[in-house]
Amino acid sequence: MADFRTCPVTGLKVHLEGEKLIKWNAVTAIVFLLIGGLFGLLVVLTRWPEVHLLPADLFYMALTAHGALILVVWIVFFEVAVLYFCCTVLLQSRLATPKWGWVGYWLMLIGTLITTVAVLQGNSSVMFTSYVPMQAAPHFYLGLILFAVGALIACFIFMGTLVIAKDEKTYEGSLPLVVFGALVACIIAIYTIASGAIILIPTFLWSVGYISHIDPLMYKVIWWGFGHSSQQINVSAHIAVWYAIAAILFGAKPLSEKVSRMAFLLYIFFLQIASAHHLLVEPGLSSEYKIFNTSYAMYLAVLGSMIHGLTVPGCIEAAQRQKGFNKGLFEWLRKAPWGNPVFSGMFLSLILFGFLGGISGVTMGVEQINIIIHNTIYVPGHFHATVATGTTLAFMALTYFLIPTLFRRSLAFPTMAKWQPYVFGIGMGMAALFMMGAGTLGVSRRHWDIAFTDAALKFNHPQAAWLMMGLAGIFGVMAVIGGAMFCLVAVGSLLWGEKLSMEPAPAPAAGAAKPAVASHGDAGTFTVPGTFTLAMVFLIAFVLYYFVNWKYLASTWGLS
Amino acid sequence: MSLTPPANKIWWNEPVEKAEILWVTLALIWALIMFFMMPVWHVYGKQNVSNEAYRIQPDAYAKKVEAMVAKYTVRQEKGNNQPVVHPPAGSDVYLLARLWEWYPILELENGKSYRLHLSSLDWQHGFSLQPANINLQVHPGIEMVVTVTPNAAGEYGIICNEFCGIGHHTMLGKLYVTK
Repeated sequence: MADFRTCPVTGLKVHLEGEKLIKWNAVTAIVFLLIGGLFGLLVVLTRWPEVHLLPADLFYMALTAHGALILVVWIVFFEVAVLYFCCTVLLQSRLATPKWGWVGYWLMLIGTLITTVAVLQGNSSVMFTSYVPMQAAPHFYLGLILFAVGALIACFIFMGTLVIAKDEKTYEGSLPLVVFGALVACIIAIYTIASGAIILIPTFLWSVGYISHIDPLMYKVIWWGFGHSSQQINVSAHIAVWYAIAAILFGAKPLSEKVSRMAFLLYIFFLQIASAHHLLVEPGLSSEYKIFNTSYAMYLAVLGSMIHGLTVPGCIEAAQRQKGFNKGLFEWLRKAPWGNPVFSGMFLSLILFGFLGGISGVTMGVEQINIIIHNTIYVPGHFHATVATGTTLAFMALTYFLIPTLFRRSLAFPTMAKWQPYVFGIGMGMAALFMMGAGTLGVSRRHWDIAFTDAALKFNHPQAAWLMMGLAGIFGVMAVIGGAMFCLVAVGSLLWGEKLSMEPAPAPAAGAAKPAVASHGDAGTFTVPGTFTLAMVFLIAFVLYYFVNWKYLASTWGLS
Repeated sequence: MSLTPPANKIWWNEPVEKAEILWVTLALIWALIMFFMMPVWHVYGKQNVSNEAYRIQPDAYAKKVEAMVAKYTVRQEKGNNQPVVHPPAGSDVYLLARLWEWYPILELENGKSYRLHLSSLDWQHGFSLQPANINLQVHPGIEMVVTVTPNAAGEYGIICNEFCGIGHHTMLGKLYVTK
């Protein structure tokens, strides 16, 4: 018989074994965010031209470590925690096979350590993408494979728990929207991990000498089925987190279950097909394939994201208007709890992901516009806006909620927590913006020296590019400070935070499950003019930026 | 609430708010415009990625490059002693990437079109022509052919923007466009 406790805040039944796994995965994630973030700091301080901290070999090593630890380890460990949270706590179910949960956890942890050791030994500075024929040490690939197997086990445990919950009737009707979003993330994750296995296992065998040749183009096509799709897991997961936080803080109900679920469904069908974003200027692939793939089959996944972009703030607006914040277009937003890091983190994540990450991603993913963007520092600019200010910030916001509810600790350094989302969000957002600017001016990504001091020939980047790299450095440091503040609050709370009572209390969560809210969300009830206005501003910005880039493209050499 | 199962069990029959329908429609129209921009640009635009590419052995490609260099070298570059090659307008020109240089230095005429061949002898490299900001991926074993038409005279840098090992940042080439 599984053991449960009753959450004193929400009244939900929490499976103890499942809870333990959530905690361990989340804490491990944060530890690797800290380590990966420190490598990020070294990268920032080297690419900031006036500082230029590391020598070349250490820079490329730090960059490889930063990519692997943040893009995979931090994100996936936290995502496993989110998956377990959704299927056990939200569905009030026991977790399927907790023992396998631990097997998965240890495989991921051991895999991480093996790959990290390989990178730090210095023979595997191949970047996170490890394009063949460049070769890393065998254990670099082996660690990644072990990690992937562990993550795959976690996905199946999530699926199994859904079956158990349905079977044991722990809930009635359809899955909650947030759990549905997590399920979408899980489905994409399985596809992603399979792609990773298909290419990394032969590459591992190649590195130990059992296979003589890996075709570089084939490697890239399959690798990006893992590399890019893994970021689509993040998108689904952090959008589920947005909906969750809107519900936790405001008792928000989706404007329409149908529309929000359709948007998630579009992700399953279309978001994960896309991997050609990194292959648009590749020889040997046809334009037809590139156009179909990069546009997620006619931008249907972008459509899904644009729908969430309306419905997430929309459900908050509807809930706020229900409570009487009805003045003008934006009273509901002005009177939102901006001092609560759970809200500010979530809302900044929404805005920055949409305006910076989303618009830049779609624009650079245009087959032809990619000619002026591929492998410039615009690319990391884009994905720091998605993965850092989008996913990471959303996960940070969720952590601020989990510390008191799941870990039963009060937040250490509450003032620091209050400011943290702003420091991190603004720092990372501005750094991303300046990287994009420098990229538009031609600065390369993964490049140690934009002065080309050691090259036989000379080339001078424009002064504006140098300025933007400097500004990206300054704001990058600000982002690292924001990340460190998060780690300090999270770890500090767990070590020194005041222990909260485990006794059930009748007090409901902040606004959670207030019956009055259940009546909106239907045609003819509450309208969301403020959100609609924001959405139109977004669309106009999107259209303008998109065509400005076509104009840039049209000004360069003729190519055919 | 988004954290609980839908209050209305048959949620798929709920009517949808007008603002949502309007937004979905606008977003779909925008998605379609963006989609058709790409094929349309293939027809009317002047900057498109070529689909022409061939499998080739690295040494066979090196031979082609050497043949062009032998025929059309006009002078030696001072910085690195590389040949500067000035092939006739409209001809096939070859650029080779290897650890860690671009070879040779091409000299093209402004406004004229050339069939530019790109391939690598070892690892992957990134052809990043600056300040024109044209970026193409260069693979070993694949010869890409792209027709280029320079639109401004001057000296260009060719930066390698695909990480290719410890000397990556020293891999800088040059290209001249004459009037």
